[in-house]
Amino acid sequence: MEATSTHAIDLTLLESVLVRYYGRSRSALLPLLHEAQAIYGWLPREVQEAVSRTLRVPLADVHGVVEFYAMFYNEPTARRVVRVCEDIACTLRGADAVAQAIEAELGLQPGETSADGRVTYERVPCLGMCEHAPNGLNGTRLAGDLTATAVPDFLAGVHPEPEPKIYGTPLLKLGRIGKMDPLSFKDYLAHDGYVGLRRVMQYTPEQIIQIMESSAILGRGGAMFPIGLKWKFTRGAPGTPAEKHIVANADESEPGTFKDRAILEGDPYSLIEAMSMAAYVVGAENGWIFVRGEYPRAYERLCHAVQRAQEEGYLGRNMLGRQGFHFNIEVRLGAGAYICGEETALFEAIEGKRGFPRIKPPFPTTNGLFQQPTAINNVETLVAALTVARIGVDEWLRFGTDESAGTKWFCLSGHIQRPGLYELPFGVSIRELIQMGGGVRPGKHIQAVLIGGAAGAFIGPEQLDAPLTYEGARQHGFPIGSGVVMVLDETADMRRILYKLSHFFAHESCGKCFPCQIGTQRQMEILQRISHDGGPRPGDRAALMDIGFTMTQTSLCGLGQTAASAIMSAIQLWPELVG
Amino acid sequence: MSDTVTLTINGRSITVPRQTTILDAARQLGIDIPVICYHPHLTANGLCRVCSVEAGGRTQAAACVTACAEGMVVQTDSEPVRYGRRTILEMLAATVNLAEAPEILALIAEYGADAARFPDAVQRESPIHDDNPFYLRDYNQCINCWRCVQVCANDAQFAFALNFDHRGYFTTIGTFMGDGLMDTTCVFCGQCVGVCPTGALKPKRQALLEQGVDPDDIFYQTRQKRKRKP
Repeated sequence: MEATSTHAIDLTLLESVLVRYYGRSRSALLPLLHEAQAIYGWLPREVQEAVSRTLRVPLADVHGVVEFYAMFYNEPTARRVVRVCEDIACTLRGADAVAQAIEAELGLQPGETSADGRVTYERVPCLGMCEHAPNGLNGTRLAGDLTATAVPDFLAGVHPEPEPKIYGTPLLKLGRIGKMDPLSFKDYLAHDGYVGLRRVMQYTPEQIIQIMESSAILGRGGAMFPIGLKWKFTRGAPGTPAEKHIVANADESEPGTFKDRAILEGDPYSLIEAMSMAAYVVGAENGWIFVRGEYPRAYERLCHAVQRAQEEGYLGRNMLGRQGFHFNIEVRLGAGAYICGEETALFEAIEGKRGFPRIKPPFPTTNGLFQQPTAINNVETLVAALTVARIGVDEWLRFGTDESAGTKWFCLSGHIQRPGLYELPFGVSIRELIQMGGGVRPGKHIQAVLIGGAAGAFIGPEQLDAPLTYEGARQHGFPIGSGVVMVLDETADMRRILYKLSHFFAHESCGKCFPCQIGTQRQMEILQRISHDGGPRPGDRAALMDIGFTMTQTSLCGLGQTAASAIMSAIQLWPELVG
Repeated sequence: MSDTVTLTINGRSITVPRQTTILDAARQLGIDIPVICYHPHLTANGLCRVCSVEAGGRTQAAACVTACAEGMVVQTDSEPVRYGRRTILEMLAATVNLAEAPEILALIAEYGADAARFPDAVQRESPIHDDNPFYLRDYNQCINCWRCVQVCANDAQFAFALNFDHRGYFTTIGTFMGDGLMDTTCVFCGQCVGVCPTGALKPKRQALLEQGVDPDDIFYQTRQKRKRKP
């Protein structure tokens, strides 16, 4: 933790930033640290002391926050950080060779900064661009479909930036992406923008809640909580509109998940409209979008969209010409912590703290952000609700099944010819989805499919006809989760993939509760040895199952409760992997 | 809404005020639920999960932070509960040095936990911090129960000298940029030492006595030198 400045830090550079933060509270800590780091590349002692004084946050607490988030640095780090994804979707498509080429080109190992201080290099968890695997970030510039030969272009910042790949039908929720300028508010209005919100504003909030309940939309981040109920509870919770919050959870970080990025980058106004509808229904004046730190382009476009909507009178006081309808949105940038996708950890991050999940109950609908009533929804869930508002609940219910209504975004990646984001009605089978994606490469066959994400489950080729519905998933023992469908052909080294999954969770465990903090580490140690450090030993299977049971049953939050699920599913399907 | 709730714990019925935790209700019945991080005078955070019990949910519930509910059926000592506790203790034993944590060692014996269960384990290692005349910090014995951080902050002293380094498994207690305690806001109230359950925080005098240093020498080694005005 010792960080010694090699040269004097010029604090005058920070002054123009600090003046905008005087008098603000601790909840401005992450934004201020981001701004300070943009100046210095890292957060030297003197800068943290200035931040501490400005926001009146104890020094030790500032330090604890900087230590928690992977993208904050208290050791000399370059302004430009080159990050290459090391997670499973990228690994399946050659990320190792790309990383090695970058390391050779830069002459750096992961975590190192060049001698001239101009570039830092890291291998990082999933960057949410799995349809463009392998991928990376050069500073804030996105890069996808990397190869070893493309590395010089990538490092020079001229490799083409990837666009979301959208497939499927009907494109109820993704229809605008690629067809409109995501920065243009006028273009949004010309593409049915604000049709949905204007339509439902003819109804009372209670009537809209009824519509949402009959639309049967369940939370699409993975937790499957009914949106109608969530809005109803938050509306009914004691508090004035000024004391209530709408939060869009855009901290999409589940390995293999890249669905919300498509909306954030390609159709940001739709999220703003959807949140405005939530605000109208719940009776809330405060909106927050928490987007992960690894989505710089999404963050930039969201900030622009919020500003444009404010200028056009579609956010702010008496918005859309309706007296008494006040709502505004602040976009917040994460800083490298998967756990902040957990709703209460996300609140802690906005409040300027380490992203530790809270004990539940109490639930966010009564004790959310700043301990006030909060409706927090995943991006896709909000856009689904807006879609119902636009097309009507009857049209919505024509798609999907009774229990799984409407459409769902599926993130198809891995060993597949046409990876991408597929919007499809619930009920399509896994096999059909894979066929739509062009199948595996010619001559190859499917070894396994990971469903639902790193916190999901593996299935074998014999289960491909299972339908992608909530009821089908339950029956076949896998979660729909965030909609991940990652295909692995026979060339995939399953032991290595399991190790990668365990590495992800060990890296992302917050360290709060013992079973997850220690269990993710013990799980990784065993799988590391099995994968490439000596092979399996008697007792490994029992040890992994004991760790898995304990994490699942006794962890404090959903991260620990699911950190072993994919691994245990693989052990059950293919016991020979660990023995 | 009634002010009390009635539930059964290990088959025995009890009526308690709403908001009573399962831990407290069980204690009223004389049923002992083991705890590690819990301290009656500090905010309970449900960290160690050794107090996990079956309470009818999808997962087990941490008894120290879970409120009793009407009709709840709680099992505090079933096989799944003991299985989870045993595994947590086995994993913890492979993490840090528990030699001076007698309560945890007793639990390891009680639950038949095999402290050598995880031979691959990388231990959490840390240098011993000997940076002030009052107490030593040996985080090789620290289990991250958070008690010291909490008493230093809102639970008692409001000194805010301590927080965390790193995250996940390698989380340790830390000061701003690793500064020695004399350079922090620490007021040497000693409350953190008082609540430490594992000997990670230890009065310097005690440590020196254990090393066999002569008490007179200890006086000279640990006394505060007065700053005289010139």
